[in-house]
Amino acid sequence: MNETGTIEHHTISLIVDNEAGVLARVIGLFSGRGYNIESLTVAEVDSESQRSRITIVTSGTRMIIEQIKAQLDRIVSVSKVADLTIEGPHVSRDIALIKVAGEGEKRVEALRLADVFRARVVDSTSCSFVFELTGQAGKIDAFIELMKDLGLVEVARTGAVALSRGATGL
Amino acid sequence: MIVRALTELGVDTIFGYPGGAVLPIYDELFKQNKIRHILVRHEQGATHAAEGYARTTGKPGVVLVTSGPGATNAVTGLTDAMLDSIPLICLTGQVARALIGNDAFQEADTVGITRPCTKHSYLVKETAKLPKIIYEAFWVAENGRPGPVVIDLPKDVQVEKAEYIRPNEAEHRTYHPQTVGEDAAIKVAIERLRKAKRPILYTGGGVINAGPEASKSLYDLAKKTNAPVTNTLMGLGAYPASDKQFLGMLGMHGTWEANHAMHDCDVMVCVGARFDDRVTGNIEQFSPGSFKIHIDIDLSSINKNVHVDLPIVGDAGVILKQLLAEWDAQNGSKTQPDLTPWWNQIERWRDRKCLSYKDQDDVIMPQKSLERLYELTKHLDPVVSTEVGQHQMWAAQFYGFDKPNRWLTSGGLGTMGYGFPAAVGAQIADPDRLVICIAGDASIQMNIQELSTAVQHNANVKIFIMNNEYMGMVRQWQDLNYDGRYSHSYSDSLPDFVKLAEAYGCTGLRVSHPDELDDTIRKMVETPGPVVVDCCVAKLENCFPMFAAGAKHTEIILSSDEIEPKDDSVIAMV
Ligand SMILES: Cc1ncc(C[n+]2csc(CCOP(=O)(O)OP(=O)(O)O)c2C)c(N)n1
Ligand SMILES: [Mg+2]
Repeated sequence: MNETGTIEHHTISLIVDNEAGVLARVIGLFSGRGYNIESLTVAEVDSESQRSRITIVTSGTRMIIEQIKAQLDRIVSVSKVADLTIEGPHVSRDIALIKVAGEGEKRVEALRLADVFRARVVDSTSCSFVFELTGQAGKIDAFIELMKDLGLVEVARTGAVALSRGATGL
Repeated sequence: MIVRALTELGVDTIFGYPGGAVLPIYDELFKQNKIRHILVRHEQGATHAAEGYARTTGKPGVVLVTSGPGATNAVTGLTDAMLDSIPLICLTGQVARALIGNDAFQEADTVGITRPCTKHSYLVKETAKLPKIIYEAFWVAENGRPGPVVIDLPKDVQVEKAEYIRPNEAEHRTYHPQTVGEDAAIKVAIERLRKAKRPILYTGGGVINAGPEASKSLYDLAKKTNAPVTNTLMGLGAYPASDKQFLGMLGMHGTWEANHAMHDCDVMVCVGARFDDRVTGNIEQFSPGSFKIHIDIDLSSINKNVHVDLPIVGDAGVILKQLLAEWDAQNGSKTQPDLTPWWNQIERWRDRKCLSYKDQDDVIMPQKSLERLYELTKHLDPVVSTEVGQHQMWAAQFYGFDKPNRWLTSGGLGTMGYGFPAAVGAQIADPDRLVICIAGDASIQMNIQELSTAVQHNANVKIFIMNNEYMGMVRQWQDLNYDGRYSHSYSDSLPDFVKLAEAYGCTGLRVSHPDELDDTIRKMVETPGPVVVDCCVAKLENCFPMFAAGAKHTEIILSSDEIEPKDDSVIAMV
C-alpha cells in the first residue's frame, strides 16, 4: 500500500501463551515485514495459565499499524491484541537505571536533579551513582539529557510497560 | 505414540524420506499397515506431493523427513504451502534433546529456519505431550487460514516411553479464528450488491479452501445476482469455466474481459482472494470507482494492498451462505437494476477474443497443444497440475475447470519443481483419476527424480512437457524489458525426455507435428503407467494477454505485434 499518511506511535499490548518461540515469532514478524519496534518488553504475568504480556511501542501510518495488529493476531500463540493508543486512556511506564560518575559540584547537581525527578539512588560510590527512575519515556529522556553534562556513564532501560486506565482489563 | 496419534486423526498417507533422526518412527511404520508411506526421492518432492494430496482431498498432507538436510530440503515446500494456504503437517526428526545447540551431526535449527514459512511450529520436549501436540497441530493447520505446521521431534523423545493419553478436544487453547460474518456487514453488502449496475464477483483460493460447498454457494450467488465471475490463478475451478457468466482468470495474464470488468465495475465482491500485485497491477489505478467488499478468513489480508470499503472476516463458505440468505431476505432478484447494459459491455470486451493466436501448420503452437489437451481429456474430469512459467499461464487460460480441487499450481511462491510431485500426491490420493502434469522443459528438471517415486507407487501421472527449449517466461520478460537479450534463458543440453522416461521405466512419447498431436494425447491417456510426453512446441511464442508488472490493469498487451521499444527502467522479477 502507498506510504501516505502521517506516522503515528502506538503502544500495543499482547497476551501470549508462554511457550518457546513465541517471542521469536513476534520479533520475526517485525523484522520480516519491515515494521519498526521502538521498544518491546515481555514477562510472564500469570504463571498458572502460563500467559505472558508483551508491550510493543511501534510506529507507522495508520494503515501499517492496522496491518501490524492483524498480523500479530494471526500468530497462533497470540491470544489477545490491544492497541492501547486508540482504545482509550492508558498509563505507560519505563524503568531506567542510569549511572553517573563525577565529583564535586557536578555530583551535587546530579543528586539535586535526581531529587527533582524523584529518581532513587540504588548504588553509590565516592565518585558515582546509579539512579533508578520510573516514568513515561519522555521524562526519562529529559533526565538522561540533563545527566549528559554531569558525567553520564551508561543507561539501561526496560522500554514501556502499559495498561489501560479504568476497571477493565484485556 | 506418533503413529498412533496420526492413525487416530485419520491419516492414511505419509510422504517421506528416512534418516537417522527419524528411524524410530520408520520402525513403527514398518510394524503397522494403516498408514501408507510414500517414499519420495527428495524431501522437496514430499512437501509438494503432500500439497497435491491436500489440495485434491481437502485433508492436510503429512510429510516425514529427517533432521538437518531432510528438514532444510523441505523448506521450499513449506514456504509454498504457506503462501498458497495449504494445510500440511511436517514431522521433522531432530537430534536428541541433550545435543540440541551443540552443532551435532545433522543438526539444524529447524524451528528457527521454518518459523517465517510455517503457520505454527512445535519443538517437542516431553514425550507425554506428543499426542496433544499432534492433535493440536492438525487443528491449527486446517482451521482459520490453512497453512503448514512443523513438529520437530528429537530422537530421544521418539523412543522414550510415556503413557498415551488420548486428547479429547483437538482444539488449540487460544487460537479461534472467526468464521461467521457480522450480520450488519452482510446486510450492507447485499444492499450494495442489490443496487449495483455493474457488479463483479472476484474469487480466489479461499473459496477452494472452504470446501466444495463454498463453490456451490458461489455458483448460486452468481446465478441469483447475475453478476459476472472472475477467478484468480489459485481460485480456478471454484466457478465452472464453461458457464456463460465466467470471464476467465484475471490479473497479469488474465483475460481482457476480466480485467476490464474489474476496472469498470461499481461493486466488487472479493471472496477469499488477496488483491495480489499480479492481480491489481498499479494499485493507484486499480478499479478506481468501485465499492469493494472483501471477504476473507484472515484479517491481515484486508487492507493490506488495496483499501476496501467493507471488510467481512470469516469463512468464505459460511459467508457466501449468509449472503445468499440475505439476498433473498432483501428480495434482491426483484429489486436489482437491469444488468443488460453491463452484460452488453462485457460481450464487447469478449469480442476482442483476447486468447486468439496465430496457428501454424508445421509447428505446434503451445496454445494449440493445450486446447487439444483440454478437448481430448475434459470428459475424464482430470486433475491438472502445472509447473511454473509460460505453460502455467497458458494452462490457466486454456484448460477449463468446472469443479474445484482439480487444479494444482504454485501461485504465491511460483515454485518450479512443484507440479510433478504435486501430481504424484494427487494421484496417490485418487489412483483411478487421470492426473496430468503440464510442465515446461526447465521446470520438470527440478524434481524429475520423482519419476522413480511415481513408478514405485503406481502413481500413473501423465506428464505433458511443453518443450520450447527455453525458460520461456524468463525469455519473454527479456523480450519485453531487456531488448531481447536472452541472458541464460536457453535450455541448453536438454536431456532426451523420451529416453529419460524409459530409463526410469516409464513410457516416453514425442510429438512435434500438429497432425500427430491428437493421437499422441490419446495415446498418453490410454497408456498405462506414468507417461512423459515431449511435446515440441513453437520456441519463441510469448504468452498474452499480459499487463506489465506495475502497469495499470487495463493496459493490456494482446500480442507481440503491440510491443513497443522498451524502457530499461521497467525491471521486475519473474
Ligand atoms: C525455483 C525457481 N527458480 C526460478 C524461477 C524463475 N522462473 C520463473 S519461470 C522460469 C522458466 C520456466 O521455464 P520452463 O519450465 O521451460 O517453462 P516455460 O516458461 O518455458 O513454459 C523461471 C526460471 C522460479 N519460478 N522458480
Ligand atoms: Mg520452456
